[in-house]
Amino acid sequence: MKKFFKGSVCGFLNGFFGSGGGVIAVPILEKEGCDPNEAHATSVALIFVLSLVTAAFYGFSGNLDFKTAWGYIPYGLAGALCGAFFLKKIRADWLKRIFGGIVTAAAVRMLFV
Amino acid sequence: MNIFGQALAGFLTGVLASMGLGGGFILVVWLTLFMNTDQRTAQGINVLFFLPIAFTALIMHLKNGLINKNLVKKLLFGGVVGAAIGTLGAQLVANELLRKLFALFLIGFGLREMFSAKNAKHTESENPERSAE
Repeated sequence: MKKFFKGSVCGFLNGFFGSGGGVIAVPILEKEGCDPNEAHATSVALIFVLSLVTAAFYGFSGNLDFKTAWGYIPYGLAGALCGAFFLKKIRADWLKRIFGGIVTAAAVRMLFV
Repeated sequence: MNIFGQALAGFLTGVLASMGLGGGFILVVWLTLFMNTDQRTAQGINVLFFLPIAFTALIMHLKNGLINKNLVKKLLFGGVVGAAIGTLGAQLVANELLRKLFALFLIGFGLREMFSAKNAKHTESENPERSAE
């Protein structure tokens, strides 16, 4: 029951915001006993399935812009290959701090623009 | 500028998304702040974008033996129910409100990443006792 609730929080946020389920899933997976690398990789597996559900619902309501998405996918694939390759090797703490700072600044802008 | 920005946004999103580090935020922010895409459409684009990226990363993560299948199964049922409710909810909220809520979600995430990063080291060798669990 607890796992049902935890899973549903990931699914809800990922569906509502169309992103970000992974960042909720990682701490949950770590709490369930995954080491950090395993948690990050496993979150991708979980969110992949949840995103299929979300994509289907977006599709029903006519909110899917395949053409624009397609323009980003080749670059994203190159990034994914790099990211997945380096996941075992990198120290993410500085990456996270920098990314956290950028994201916060962008979010503050979004609130007021 | 646009094709360069598009390539960079796509690449960085791919890198971070493949690690479960919140890459999708980059694409959504790029699309809404710089490309004038409305919030809901940007979120839809990100979900579509994520599918092939995640699939590719998954193959590599599986090869590296990093996927805990048991936990995926246990969290999946609640996840699917939550995904259905969350996605329907996003269709009911006005774009402007969705954008503000997204920004708040992002601020929460950003602040946590900035101040809790040292607890989340990535290197396997530094966490031998946890890997052995």
